[in-house]
Amino acid sequence: MKQIDLVIVGGGPAGMSAAIAAYESGIRNLLILERDSSLGGILQQCIHNGFGLHRFGEELTGPEYAWRYEKKVKELNIPYLLNTMVLDISPDKVVTATNGEDGIFTIQAKAVILAMGCRERSKGALNIAGTRPAGIYSAGTAQKYVNLKGYMPGKNVVILGSGDIGLIMARRMTLEGAKVHAVCELMPYSGGLARNIEQCLNDFGIPLRLSHTVVEIHGKERLTGVTIAKVDECRRPIPETREYIPCDTLLLSVGLIPENELSKTASVTLDRITNGALVDQDRQTEVEGIYACGNVLHVHDLVDFVSEEAEIAGKNAAAYIKGETEEKTSVALSTDGKIRYTVPQRITKKKEVAVFFRVADVYRNVKILVKDGDRVVYSKKKIKVAPGEMECVTLRPEHFEGVDGLRFELEVQEA
Amino acid sequence: MYDVAVIGAGVVGAMIARTLSAYRLKLCILEKQSDVAMGASSANSAIVHAGFDAKEGSLKAKLNVRGAQMMAQVCSELGVKYINNGSLVIGFNEEDEKTVEKLYYRGIANGVEGLKILSPAEMQAIEPNISKNATCALYAPTAAIICPYGLTIAAVGNAMDNGADLKLDFEVTDIQNRGDYYEISNGSETVKAKYVVNAAGLYSDAIARLVGDDSFHITARRGEYILMDKELGSLISTTVFRTPSKMGKGILVTPTVDGNLLTGPTSLDIGDKEDKATTAEGLALVMRESMENVDGVRFQQTITSFCGLRAVGSTGDFIINVPTDRFVNVAGIESPGLSASPAIAEYVVELLASAGCALEKNPDYIATREALHAFREASIEEKNEIIKKDPTYGHIICRCETVTEGEILAAIRTNPKPRDLDGVKRRTRAQMGRCQGGFCSPYIVELLAKEMGVPYESITKFGGDSVVNVGKTKEDREHEAN
Repeated sequence: MKQIDLVIVGGGPAGMSAAIAAYESGIRNLLILERDSSLGGILQQCIHNGFGLHRFGEELTGPEYAWRYEKKVKELNIPYLLNTMVLDISPDKVVTATNGEDGIFTIQAKAVILAMGCRERSKGALNIAGTRPAGIYSAGTAQKYVNLKGYMPGKNVVILGSGDIGLIMARRMTLEGAKVHAVCELMPYSGGLARNIEQCLNDFGIPLRLSHTVVEIHGKERLTGVTIAKVDECRRPIPETREYIPCDTLLLSVGLIPENELSKTASVTLDRITNGALVDQDRQTEVEGIYACGNVLHVHDLVDFVSEEAEIAGKNAAAYIKGETEEKTSVALSTDGKIRYTVPQRITKKKEVAVFFRVADVYRNVKILVKDGDRVVYSKKKIKVAPGEMECVTLRPEHFEGVDGLRFELEVQEA
Repeated sequence: MYDVAVIGAGVVGAMIARTLSAYRLKLCILEKQSDVAMGASSANSAIVHAGFDAKEGSLKAKLNVRGAQMMAQVCSELGVKYINNGSLVIGFNEEDEKTVEKLYYRGIANGVEGLKILSPAEMQAIEPNISKNATCALYAPTAAIICPYGLTIAAVGNAMDNGADLKLDFEVTDIQNRGDYYEISNGSETVKAKYVVNAAGLYSDAIARLVGDDSFHITARRGEYILMDKELGSLISTTVFRTPSKMGKGILVTPTVDGNLLTGPTSLDIGDKEDKATTAEGLALVMRESMENVDGVRFQQTITSFCGLRAVGSTGDFIINVPTDRFVNVAGIESPGLSASPAIAEYVVELLASAGCALEKNPDYIATREALHAFREASIEEKNEIIKKDPTYGHIICRCETVTEGEILAAIRTNPKPRDLDGVKRRTRAQMGRCQGGFCSPYIVELLAKEMGVPYESITKFGGDSVVNVGKTKEDREHEAN
């Protein structure tokens, strides 16, 4: 069996950043396995701009952002295989993969970085009543048809869900000559970035119907319309508010699910909230030598943070391979529900750590509290927090000296 | 001139055609849809019933028990997945216990083997996740699960391998008896056949009327289902029914041959034979009842929901007869039609023989067909041998169900050839997993367009106007420029 120090599963922004960071930390025997026909992952179809503001201080398109990393991968001669799908990862880090050239092959790795990204929640999972005609797509699938294949999935569009891809596609479809009649959002707030609401909906006069959902699908062969309705506080549709919108296309942007099927084969423990692995500050999962980063770990708002996180994973996987050790501790991080989750979920080393999290609702004038029992070890005020945007606090070793658990809470002055 | 024309390429028509293809007969299958298995054959419980439901002495009872006995052999010949998993009918009160007892004795009268009434402890031993409230159960070890559209596709494919013709998009609108033969027309094309088999499902009454038989009518009975992720597929191993009511066998919970968990169906007679819409009420009923029967069913793990229409005949039994010369009705084949289908085919061949159809064995008849899922089930060494010869078998297109480009191309090139996304789905499982084609459908559209030599934007989801894309981007601008 082939022996490789570090196998990186996925050649999107996370996989490439992780590989570069590991290379720069001295790892030379490494390999990226990518299922698609090019590196770059989902960025290849994200032809809009807005990527890289934090990293590069400029607004790049998705392919441009990906190219900066791809170029580096190529300059460093980091090996990668395209059109190669990983089929299995065992807990002792035997990676099984397949492609047309090599057939099904196995690699014994010293460390593995999981960077498989995420997928969109499908229509089936929503159990919407009605028929099952053509014309219903997840927003990302429509994006692939339009941006990569050059075909129009439809001309009269309703979008369910105001996740970022849905918002981006509202604008894209409009620019391609389609009419977007409405973006319906089940929640009383959007799950997307504020800048996308502004630039993709408001600038084009596309109505955002908050607290609305699609309750019925019509049409036998091709979609002919949808019935939408307002929902009450418990998210139940209110029958009197039913409203029929004729359309030939329904795009869904109703959530992203980290693709952790392979993580499960490796016995990696998953977080119930993020649907990604439980990790420490190094992005090491509970299986030693297996790391995770990017959208397979938790769904990010900006790719800039994916790259940053992947570099942490790559650097630390390199340190693990080289057998470097640091002073250990064990601090479990928990949340109060208003804060839904943290990444990492555990601190195992006495060094500075950036903790990322998302909140459950839109809150104004809040105080983020990090507590050891009743003792507040850290606090930070914010004017507004929203589920669509990732938050971050940086803890230093003195914040968790001698502590075995920290709880992240949100003190809300005004809901 | 065909010897026999079979109208309808559902599982019944498919099995009849396949059985007839063992004889020296020129055969034709006429199907109004763009693919085979487009009606009830692709939206049902996927169960081979043991045979204790139908009334003693009925055609349903006789053909169900016989069909169930034949099914394992048929599936093995055709390379269709079949798992003999057994079934339980569970009850929750004294009245249910009486029903279970009645089914037990009816099953014995019907000739069902191995039936046993279980105590709560015995049923918990078989199915630990069954509701703790269940007080009684009827165990039928001969029950099985199969892939119903897989069976239909394989049977049509096998009939075609043995020389049968398949005409898709052929909706029969007129039948004329010319004395020695029939002229069957769709308005623009006419097919001549000496014998006609009417296996037109929901529309078998309309087809019968074309030859002057108005002795029965067919009602559509809606059945809504929910299909769940493979993570729930091992929750139970047997098919778990509720004690039946007048409207059907109640909501069942069953593993599928592909490892998913399936629950349903509801049961509602409706006027519209085309109304395959699911309803909020129906789906809610499926969820409620299945959770009552089996612990651990989680609808957050839903992959999709769908609705099938059962063709319920007005006589209460299967309607299999010869109303006029050389014309056989095979109508009202509701549940247990799938289970009975091999026996129905056998019976129809007998009727055709009595009606004068000469049956001479086809010496070149091949009873077997290579399974489309053969690659998936091969060992790694075998797979690597195949990939070495054809690298497309190393390239995964559908990541959720791990389906390779080679498998998809093979399916597109194998009779009956699929022409749309759903056709590829039913043959390969590509698009059938968690992402429901989100990632792979743009690639499958490309493979279909290339293989068929048609434009990308002409590819449909399931024929007709169900186009996946409505045109090219910037198309309007090109028109302006021109």
